[in-house]
Amino acid sequence: MGEIILEVQNLSKHFGGLTALNNVTFAVKKGEIFGIIGPNGSGKTTLINCISGFVRPDEGRIYFKGRDITGLPPHKIANYGLARTFQIVRPYYSLPAYKNLIIPLFSPRARKMGGWRGGGKYGDRDAVAVDILEELGFERDSRVPYKLASSLPAGYQKRLELARCLALRPELIMCDEIFAGLSMSEVATLVPLIEKLKMEGLTLIMIEHRLKELFKLADRVMVLHFGEKIMEGEPYEVIEDERVKKAYIGEEVF
Amino acid sequence: MELLRKERVDRGIKVRTEGIYAISGWQEMLYLLMPRLLLIVGLLALPLILGPFPYWKRVINMMCAYAILSLSFDFLANYVGLANLGSALFTGIGGYLSAIFSLKLGLPVFLAIPLATLMGAVLSTLLILPTLPLRGVYFAIVTLMLPLLFCRIIEALNILGGTNGISGVPGFEKAFVEEYTVILVLLGFLFSLRRLVNEDFGLVLRGIKDNDQAVRASGINVTWMKAIAVFVAALLGSFVGSYMVHLYMWAGLSLFALDFSVIPIASVVIGGGGTLVGGVIGSFILVPLSEALRAFGTLRIAIYCIILTVFIVFKSEGIMIYLQRKYHQFERWVKV
Repeated sequence: MGEIILEVQNLSKHFGGLTALNNVTFAVKKGEIFGIIGPNGSGKTTLINCISGFVRPDEGRIYFKGRDITGLPPHKIANYGLARTFQIVRPYYSLPAYKNLIIPLFSPRARKMGGWRGGGKYGDRDAVAVDILEELGFERDSRVPYKLASSLPAGYQKRLELARCLALRPELIMCDEIFAGLSMSEVATLVPLIEKLKMEGLTLIMIEHRLKELFKLADRVMVLHFGEKIMEGEPYEVIEDERVKKAYIGEEVF
Repeated sequence: MELLRKERVDRGIKVRTEGIYAISGWQEMLYLLMPRLLLIVGLLALPLILGPFPYWKRVINMMCAYAILSLSFDFLANYVGLANLGSALFTGIGGYLSAIFSLKLGLPVFLAIPLATLMGAVLSTLLILPTLPLRGVYFAIVTLMLPLLFCRIIEALNILGGTNGISGVPGFEKAFVEEYTVILVLLGFLFSLRRLVNEDFGLVLRGIKDNDQAVRASGINVTWMKAIAVFVAALLGSFVGSYMVHLYMWAGLSLFALDFSVIPIASVVIGGGGTLVGGVIGSFILVPLSEALRAFGTLRIAIYCIILTVFIVFKSEGIMIYLQRKYHQFERWVKV
């Protein structure tokens, strides 16, 4: 702990006249869960899009493990070990669940790293894919990993999204609203999985609207409001902050 | 009154053989091999069967040529998600290159064709490359435009023989070489493409079709993968072009004709997209049909259109998908 893995400096992004991100600076330490919250339209997803290379920032720099990754194409950033999930879950519907993982396993990074969790030879991608899925609660015995991705329930599809990231064997995962649209029981199965990933040394950035779950998981939380960072701190500090309450509930104008 | 309901039952062999490989006897092996054998043996025997009809024997060549173009279209459209409206670009470039290779460099036919196929594919891929990083309709527009562009350039600058084309290209020595070249190449392309789309590489291409953003986030260079896919498709198209040049012993502007772009699309629609074999079957129906309709003169196109429309409205899934379903399932009436 303590070592900085991702550093974002003075990041700004404008879409025409709209300022999506304004001078955002923060750093994520290795091995922590870093939460990002903020009302709708506050620039959370734009921030992730900038970091993962899908959107080119107007100003500012992004460093991952000391390497400047600003403006690199998404596939290069992913190959450095920085994975992301998407807010709107869209698995490869026409493929079975385990075949969905073949695609990240085909990437240069996964091929170079070999195996899964260091063990096993890399000859059989299918077997590795099923192993990863099993770890995320796709019961091999009930043949869930072999089902078509389009036929899986929402909870499984979200975990498939996470599995797709894990197959890259990343060092940092950015989860874009991974709890959104899940039932209470589905969230309850996902929370221990995320805790387990953290225990294994992975760093996570989580954008979330389900604050209750996030505050339980996160080590530190950053609050965005209209593209600006209004505060950063431990969960209990953030809950009690007046500015955060105002941003979420609104201010009395009259 | 007794109520009956139609029930569809899967024979189960297809399910069992997908991924888990549990074939229990020679009947099941035969069941799986039969359709393939039927196609291979049928195709190889076709020139022999049509021996007494020299006119129809010539049609086989065009049938197979269009079948290869359909394969190329089906591969790009249904496995990579790129709607290629200009297979004529591939045939044109491959054809002219082959004519140049055999006339200017004096290469024999069986060296000119592979060389033109390869060079044509490289050249076509380079021309289409600028559209590959973009999403949406740009690929379709540019591919539709490029053959027309080449046509006009050749016409306006009067290069490569201008509107007269290049004549005197050496042909095939014997008729059976002509026929079996294209038949064997078609079978080769068909089965290797089928293998390719089920390899991990093919899965990545199918992933690009479903959700290219996720493929990008998975650390794969989507533009590069698309470029390889276009190269493979162009390989098929360029072969057809260079083959036709040696078949007709002439290279001209008609190599860039819209027919080469449109008939493969119609074949895939009729045969069933995403099956690869579908396009082959589609062109085996459409090309002879268009020959048979020659008797109607100009009305031919009208009749052709009506047949196509009827197919799209009443059997939009395509012949191949329909046949596959009938083959793998059987129906019976059961009491409700």
